[in-house]
Amino acid sequence: MNANTVSEIITGILILTGTLFCLFSAFGMIRLPDVYTRSHAATKSTTLGVLCTLFGAFLYFWINDGYVSIRLLLGIFFVFLTAPVAGHLICRAAYVTNVEIVQDASKVYVKESDSD
Amino acid sequence: MAFQILLNIGLAIIWMLLRNDFSPIEFFIGYVIGIALLYVLRRFLHFDFYFRRVIAIVKLILLFLWELILANIDVAKIVLSPKLNVEPGIIAVPTVLKTEWEVTLLASLISLTPGTLSMYFSEDGKTIYVHSIHVPDKEAMIKQIHETFERAIMEVTE
Repeated sequence: MNANTVSEIITGILILTGTLFCLFSAFGMIRLPDVYTRSHAATKSTTLGVLCTLFGAFLYFWINDGYVSIRLLLGIFFVFLTAPVAGHLICRAAYVTNVEIVQDASKVYVKESDSD
Repeated sequence: MAFQILLNIGLAIIWMLLRNDFSPIEFFIGYVIGIALLYVLRRFLHFDFYFRRVIAIVKLILLFLWELILANIDVAKIVLSPKLNVEPGIIAVPTVLKTEWEVTLLASLISLTPGTLSMYFSEDGKTIYVHSIHVPDKEAMIKQIHETFERAIMEVTE
């Protein structure tokens, strides 16, 4: 159990968590009923997913190669800067163009299963 | 605030000159001593001691990271539960923040916290319309969360 093994375990866990959250986000895109709720999944989960993945890559290159990549940190920073704004703008555009809003998702799902 | 930071950097450079050693470590030591000096002389400063704000910013970042993790667990729970019993809705959240900069920061923080997504500003910038993924049991809690964020932002900008 030397330092390299520990670092590989940590970075592996980080990258796996990141990909897992991106997967949850994709599930959310499929399952949730309307634009607004989908935007929830797309904004939050992918942000943390990208954060974890990039930070894992940063730690890996830092510990194993001794290479401090500022670009990865800047990537995290810019994702944090832009993701909420993008979610906000998509929601706002949908609301301004009168996209239908689902008030009670469970009822919608009952309807769909009835028609099936 | 900017003046105090410049003063602090100036003090650190003077420290490096006195020590005749131009390394980052000496700069850091000089900077810490400058912070202590500014703290002692805070009565003569026109604004508050600036390091309090730095601590407030660090607090805000930690709060934000914690809320982000909670938000993702929340989304994962909703998405992975077999029955999708969410009740989405739109809530108007009044804010007391004044400058556009602060309101933008608050809206971004709301977007990345559990169950809420900012989607519209009122014309005068005093109200943020928030889309909430699960209204009935959360309205009071959301208000409370916004109060914590709002207070944290106000502590930074004063």
